[in-house]
Amino acid sequence: MKIINMPSFGADMAKGEVAHWNVKAGDTVKKGDIIASIETMKGLIDMEVFDDGTIEKLLVDEGIELSVGQPIAEFRLANEPSLDNTAQAAVSHAPEKQQPEKKQPETETSERPEFAAQPVIKIPIIQKSETFSGEANTAKISPAARQKAKELGIDWRLITHGQGPDGAIVLADIERTASAEPNKHGINDPMRQAIAAVVSRSKQQIPHYYLQLDMVVDGAQHWLTKHNQSLPSEQRILLNAIIYTAIAHALKSFPEFNGFYLDGKFAAAESVHLGNVINLRQGGLVVAAIHNAESLGCEQMMIKLKDQVIRAREGGLRMSEMQDATVTVSNLGERGCDTIQSIIFSPQVAIIGIGRQRTVPWVVDSNVTSASIVSITLAADHRVSDGHSGARLLNKINQLLQKPERLICTRNHSKNRSAN
Amino acid sequence: MIIDNTKPHIDKAHLHQLLKQMLRIRRFEEKCAQLYTQEKIRGFLHLYIGEEAIAVGVMKSLTKDDAVLATFREHGHALARGLEMNKVMAEMYGKVTGSSRGRGGSMHIFDSDLRFYGGNAIVAGALPLAVGLALADKMQNKQNVTVCFFGEGAVAEGEFHESLNLAKLWQLPILFVCENNGYAMGTALEISESEQHIYKKAQSYGLDVRQVNGMNVVDVESVAKHYCDAIRQGAGPCLLECTTYRFRGHSMFDTQLYRSADDVKKWKDKGPIVKLKNWLQANNELSPHELQQIESDVAKEVDSAVAFAEQSAFEDESDLCLGVYTEGKI
Amino acid sequence: MNTDIQNNDNKTTETLTYREAMRLAIQESMVADERVFLVGEDVGNYGGCYAVSKGLSEQFGPQRIIDAPLSEAGFVGAGVGAAIGGMRPIVEVMTVNFSLLALDQIVNNAATLRHMSGGQLSIPLVIRMATGAGKQLAAQHSHSFENWYAHVPGIKVLAPATVADARYMLSMALADPDPVVIFEHVMLYNNSEPMPTTDDCADMHKAQVRKTGSQISLITYGGSLGKTLEAAAILEQQGICAEVIDLRCLRPLDTATVFASVNKTKRVLVVDEGWRTGSLAGEICALVAEHCFWSLDAPPKRQCSIEVPIPYPRHLEQAVLPKVEQIVESAMELVTNGQAMS
Repeated sequence: MKIINMPSFGADMAKGEVAHWNVKAGDTVKKGDIIASIETMKGLIDMEVFDDGTIEKLLVDEGIELSVGQPIAEFRLANEPSLDNTAQAAVSHAPEKQQPEKKQPETETSERPEFAAQPVIKIPIIQKSETFSGEANTAKISPAARQKAKELGIDWRLITHGQGPDGAIVLADIERTASAEPNKHGINDPMRQAIAAVVSRSKQQIPHYYLQLDMVVDGAQHWLTKHNQSLPSEQRILLNAIIYTAIAHALKSFPEFNGFYLDGKFAAAESVHLGNVINLRQGGLVVAAIHNAESLGCEQMMIKLKDQVIRAREGGLRMSEMQDATVTVSNLGERGCDTIQSIIFSPQVAIIGIGRQRTVPWVVDSNVTSASIVSITLAADHRVSDGHSGARLLNKINQLLQKPERLICTRNHSKNRSAN
Repeated sequence: MIIDNTKPHIDKAHLHQLLKQMLRIRRFEEKCAQLYTQEKIRGFLHLYIGEEAIAVGVMKSLTKDDAVLATFREHGHALARGLEMNKVMAEMYGKVTGSSRGRGGSMHIFDSDLRFYGGNAIVAGALPLAVGLALADKMQNKQNVTVCFFGEGAVAEGEFHESLNLAKLWQLPILFVCENNGYAMGTALEISESEQHIYKKAQSYGLDVRQVNGMNVVDVESVAKHYCDAIRQGAGPCLLECTTYRFRGHSMFDTQLYRSADDVKKWKDKGPIVKLKNWLQANNELSPHELQQIESDVAKEVDSAVAFAEQSAFEDESDLCLGVYTEGKI
Repeated sequence: MNTDIQNNDNKTTETLTYREAMRLAIQESMVADERVFLVGEDVGNYGGCYAVSKGLSEQFGPQRIIDAPLSEAGFVGAGVGAAIGGMRPIVEVMTVNFSLLALDQIVNNAATLRHMSGGQLSIPLVIRMATGAGKQLAAQHSHSFENWYAHVPGIKVLAPATVADARYMLSMALADPDPVVIFEHVMLYNNSEPMPTTDDCADMHKAQVRKTGSQISLITYGGSLGKTLEAAAILEQQGICAEVIDLRCLRPLDTATVFASVNKTKRVLVVDEGWRTGSLAGEICALVAEHCFWSLDAPPKRQCSIEVPIPYPRHLEQAVLPKVEQIVESAMELVTNGQAMS
C-alpha cells in the first residue's frame, strides 16, 4: 500500500488544498486518471494518479490547506495483494520510497572518463597578497583605535599585543587601557602602573643608602661657552651632556653600580647602558637607555639625549631603549630642585640624581667667593656596594667634570674598554 | 492519417521504431511529472507530451555530425538524439552523473559528443547559436546540418528575425524547426502575432519553407529528410513549421486557464502516438503482444533510469567553482 | 611579420598608433590561424568604424572579414556558436553602447555555457568593443560598462591602455580557450608610441606598474591611464611620489599587484570613468579594505564620473569625466591627511 501525498506543481508551491475529490474510497483508477482538483495560489490544477490501482482511503477532507508532501490518500497498486493486517513493506516503484542516496562505485565508472581522470585544479579568484613584511616592530593599529588613542592621549605603542589579527591594536584595546584606571588628567595608565610596581618593589627590597657631592661646574661651563661659540646652534652642547658623559665614563671604573641584582646575586653589566629618565608632557615618565654610554663623547651624548627626548615624547622609542638600562640618571635640574633622592629602578643597583645648576657662596683657599655648582646624589643598593665606593664614584665624576675637554671624542682617550 | 507509401523506409520495422521512440519520450515525460509532484525534480519542468512526433521525425534524418539545438522543452529531443535515458534522468534529479553534471537540470541538457547543444532557457536564445554553429561548419567545409528547434513564441523575439536574416544572408546549412503548439506559455498565437503563419515570416527572409502536420511522425520524417538532403547539397537555410499541441501545461505549475479542456481533449484524440498506433493496428502491423513488448521495454528503461538517478551522488560542493573557466577544468 | 601591412596612417615605422596596433594584431592572428575571422558591423567595406580593420577586407576577403547587419544579438550569438563549432571568431561590437542588445548572448550563453553544461562546451571567443566618452557623442554613445562585464563569471575582461597592449593582448585573448571581452577606449585610438615589442606586453592577466612610487597608489585602467600618469607627474613636482598601476585585466583582477602596491604606499585612489555607484573602482576599494586594512593610513578613495547621462557639450562632458586636477587634488588630500603640506 502506498501513500499519495499533496503534490508539488512548482518550485514556489508550498501549500495546496484538495478543492474537490473526483474519487472515493474503493474506486478503481487507471494511470492518468484525474483523482482530485488541487487549489493552488495560481488556481486549480488537476491531480493525476500515476499507477493503476484502487483508492483505499481518503485521508483529508476537501477545503483543508496542507503543505506539499503531506499524505492525502492511501492507494493500493493493481498488482499488490489485498491489504491484510501485516504491513506491506515491499513496493515495486523505487521512487515512491525515500531511498537514501549512496555513492556507488559502478555509477561513477559510467561517467565520462575526463571527469574522473583530470586532476582537480582550483582557480583562486582572489590572490592573497604575499605576507606583508612591514618595518620590524611596526605595530598594526586600526584607524579607529589610532583616533581614540589620540583623543585620550594614550601612547598605543605601549600596548604590546592587541586583540586584532596578528596582534593588531583595535578600538577595544584602547578603551580597555583607558578604563583600567580612569584618570581625569589622561595620565598613561599602564605606564603609571608599571612605574608603581617597580618603585614599590625597589623601596621594599633594596636597602638604599644616599650620598651627595656638590660639584663646581664653573670650569665646565667656561669651557662649554668657548666650545659652543663657533658652532651652529644645533651642534651646541649643554652642560647636562657633559655631566651625563662624565657619569657614564666614571661608571666604567665602578662596576658595582652598573648591573642587575637578581635572585640574590649581583651581575655587573659589560657596558654602561645609561638610563635617562624622560618626563612626558601628559604625565608619567619613561627611562630610555643610551647604549654603551661609556664610549660616547659629549657631542655624541648631546645628540642622543636630544633625539631620545623627542622620540620618547612622540612615542617612538625602541623596545631595546626601554628595556636595556643598566643604571639610571635622574635629572630635575631645570625644574629647580637642588638635590634629588631617587628610588632605584629594580633590578638596577644605583641611580644618580642631578640637581639644578645654582650659584652659591663657596670657600676657596679660606676666601668666600661664589661658585656655580650642581649637587649630584647617588642612591645605591647596600647589598652590592657601600658608602666608601659610592663616595669614590662621586669624586670620580667630579674629577671628570673638571676636565670636560677630555670628554670630547672619547674613543681616543678610552681606558681600554672595548668600544661598541 | 495518410501515409504515402512511395516514401522510403516506411516498413513495419521502421514504424515500430518510430512508435517506440515516441513512447520512450512519452513515458519518460510522464515519469518526470510524477517525480516532480514528489519534489524529486525541482525548478521548472516543461513536458513534451503530445509533440513527440517532431523530435522523433526530424532526428531520423540527422547524422552524428549534425548539430542540434532545442529549447527548455528538450527532454524528448535529447532522447531522440541519442542521449542515454539514465543521464537525462540523472540530470533532472541534479545528480553528478547527469548529462551536465546535474548543474543544468531540466532546461539545460547538453551533450557535446552527440552535438546536442541544449537545453536553452531563453526563448529564441539558441537561434543565433545555430547561426554560429552552421557558419563554423560552412567555413570548415563540412556537410553538416544544424537543426534548431523552437516554439512559435520565439518568433516574437528579435533574435528570431536576426538569425533568419543572417542564416539566409550567409547561406547557412540550418534547418529551423518551428514547433507551433499554439501557445507561448499562456498566450495564444492569435493574440501575439499580427501574422500567424510562421512560415510566411521565414519566407519573407527568403528561406525555403514548408508546413507539416506535427502529429504525423511519418510526414515529419519525410519532409525533414527532404530538407536535410537539400541543405547538405547547399540549398541554404529552410524552415519547417510543424503544427502540434502540448497536452500538458506550459510547465507543471500551470492552471491552463487560457484554453478549454475540450480543446485539449480534441487534440489528444489526434495525438501522434494514438494516430500511429491506430493506423498500425488497423493495418495489422502491430499485435497486442508487440505493443505490450514495446511498452514493457520502455517501462524497464524508464524504471532503470529512475533507479540510476536515485542512486547517483550529487556533485561535491567543493567542485562548485570548477568549469567556470578552462583552468578550473572539471 | 607580414610586409603587406596597410600602414597609411604612419609616415615611418618607428611609431605605432593604438588603432594600427590593433589592426596588426588582427591581421597577424588571421594569417597565423585560418580559424580566426572577424565579424561585425562595417568591419569590411567601411574599414571599421574606428578604422581598425581598414584594408583587411581586401587582404582576407569577405568570407573572413564579415560585414554583419545591425543584429548585435544575432552576430554575437553567432560568434558564440561558431566558437563552439571550432572556429576562433573575433566579434567586433561597434561600441559597448550597442552591446546592450547582445547582453543575452554574452551573459546567458558565452559566459554560462561551459559551467552549465558541466564543462562540456568551450567558447574560445573574443569580443572587441569600443568604449568610453570624450568625443561629445552624448548619452547613448558614451557608456563605460566594463564593470558590468567584469561582474560576470565565465568571461574574461581586458582593457588595453597602451599601444603595446593593443598590439599583443589580442593574440593572448585568442589563445585563451574562454570568452574574452576587450575594451578599447575611443580616446586611445590615435595615441602613438614607439614600435612595441612583445617584451612591452606582459601576460594579459597581469596588472602593470606604469610608474613606481611610495606615497600613494593610483589604480586605473583603459582610457583613464593617460590622465592618471599626468596627475602623477604633477604630484611629483609637488613632492608627492605616486605609484600608478594599470590594471589591464579587469576580470580576473590582478589583486596581488594591487595589494603589494597599497601595502607599500598605504594610500589608494582608484580612477575609473564609470559612474561611481556600483563601479569597478568600488570593487577595488572593497578589496583593498578587506585585504590591506591594517596597512592603510587613509581611507580608499575613488575618482569616478559624475552620475548623470553623459551630456553633449564639451564643457559639460568634461565636467562629468574624471579630471587630472581632481586626481591630483584627491591624491594630495589623501597623502597629507587633509592637512596643508608643510
